[in-house]
Amino acid sequence: MFSLASVATMSACIFLFGIFFCVVENFQHMVREMEKSVAVTVFFDEGLSQEQIDAIGVQIKARPEVSDAVFVTADEAWDEYKEIYFEEAPELAEGFEDDNPLANEAHYEIYLTDVESQDDLVTWLESVEGIRRINESAQVADILTNFNLLVGYISVAVILLLLCVSVFLISNTVTIGIAVRREEIAIMKLIGATNGFVKAPFVVEGIMIGLIGASIPLGLLYFLYTKLVSFMGDKFNILTGLLQFLPVSEMFRILLPTGLALGVGIGFFGSFFTIRKHLRV
Amino acid sequence: MIDLINVKKAYDTGVQALNGVTLHIERGEFVFIVGDSGSGKSTLIKLLLKELDPSSGAIKVNGVNLNKMKPRDIPKYRRKLGVVFQDFRLLKDRNVYENVAFAQRVVITPTKRIRKNVPKMLSLVGLAEKYKAYPKELSGGEQQRVALARALVNQPNILLADEPTGNLDPTNSKEIMRLLETINERGTTVLVVTHNQEIVDEMKKRVITMQKGVIIRDERKAGYTQHAD
Ligand SMILES: Nc1ncnc2c1ncn2[C@@H]1O[C@H](COP(=O)(O)OP(=O)(O)OP(=O)(O)O)[C@@H](O)[C@H]1O
Ligand SMILES: [Mg+2]
Repeated sequence: MFSLASVATMSACIFLFGIFFCVVENFQHMVREMEKSVAVTVFFDEGLSQEQIDAIGVQIKARPEVSDAVFVTADEAWDEYKEIYFEEAPELAEGFEDDNPLANEAHYEIYLTDVESQDDLVTWLESVEGIRRINESAQVADILTNFNLLVGYISVAVILLLLCVSVFLISNTVTIGIAVRREEIAIMKLIGATNGFVKAPFVVEGIMIGLIGASIPLGLLYFLYTKLVSFMGDKFNILTGLLQFLPVSEMFRILLPTGLALGVGIGFFGSFFTIRKHLRV
Repeated sequence: MIDLINVKKAYDTGVQALNGVTLHIERGEFVFIVGDSGSGKSTLIKLLLKELDPSSGAIKVNGVNLNKMKPRDIPKYRRKLGVVFQDFRLLKDRNVYENVAFAQRVVITPTKRIRKNVPKMLSLVGLAEKYKAYPKELSGGEQQRVALARALVNQPNILLADEPTGNLDPTNSKEIMRLLETINERGTTVLVVTHNQEIVDEMKKRVITMQKGVIIRDERKAGYTQHAD
């Protein structure tokens, strides 16, 4: 009766843990993906010579938060621009061919090692002589990072609460088990059972509750996550560029051992310390 | 084998259950402990089992000072003792075989050995056929014999019995006592707390009489009271 309640609470605890884990992991994954594409773009003062631009480039590449810096010449910039805006009517672009309208648009695309250091880099870039303009695409990454942090805090709070309830219920289960078997325990001790021998069945019960309580939600999560990923892939494939889900196998490589360890750990400590309290020699 | 030197025991309630008991029991002896209700007999048994610790005085069993025993050595010590009680204390949800086997499992005996030892013990107490019965299907005398088999299966060198015939009729009581005598003849030291005057008189063993927490009489080949014969 009570072990059922323990298993259920434990399942709920680990299920929520799993959900939060998936959300946090996926957001982190998305942020990482964004970091690869997010760039700070710097444009130079008019009339700056190529040598001067190169010198700035060397300085940028030397920054620790910069993972890569790519130089885009004015011509390349124009080609890119044409491709995007004159896709339908390339002949319109012909007219500009001899007089590149983006002559001053040579720039560096700077890729960062992580999004958080972007502000530092921009501050530094602003102090560099010869830079005319800095474009940053900070917003999205910032929002993602903040949201991730929020989800993290909430999940830690909820999980801690459920952890306490799980431990409490397991402790209750063991207490009742000890009360029911008081006679048996007394006889065991008189016969010469070691404390370990008396405790073992209760610890095993606790671990079993933990194991079952972890397996059920993990199985359920595996099923749901697989469904979700394929559903999102089918219905929202336009978004798949942005919403990059971690594959289920990679997700569970961490979630499975963590969830099982959590369940077994709660079961073990919950029962172990309850027995210690009740079965003093 | 068993030595008590000026042992006193006061319960938390302030009751002075033992008030200076000095006692020496040899290996292989058969000893009755008799006395009024509340004279401290069960308290003495509990001290020997190290269920309780004395308030003062020393207890030595099998050459070991119980006062100096570490808690983790208690199980090992108890394996050298067998105990039976007035209320049998069998596990009601297990059959006769399992009740006896339980004692062996507790001390981690290989199953092969358990299968050999348990039937041997059950036939010693005359219950070989009833190994499948549950405690509630047995008479009081039979239940006590199961308890005896359980107490003996781990081959203790001391058997402590606290009113083993307290709940039995005269016939069953005699049978149990005869069993205890057999066990004693096989070399086990036997300590029996009892109120059964007739049997004590009949068996002519060493009798220790207690009153208000002290020993008032200790005689060999004696009867229940001083002037029994
Ligand atoms: N757990 C306890 N707490 C407090 N006092 C106790 C406890 N157990 C026994 N006593 C008291 O200690 C005294 C001795 O009790 P004990 O059980 O040793 O007597 P006994 O000789 O075995 O009596 P009986 O023949 O009725 O079994 C009694 O006065 C009893 O009330
Ligand atoms: Mg008593």
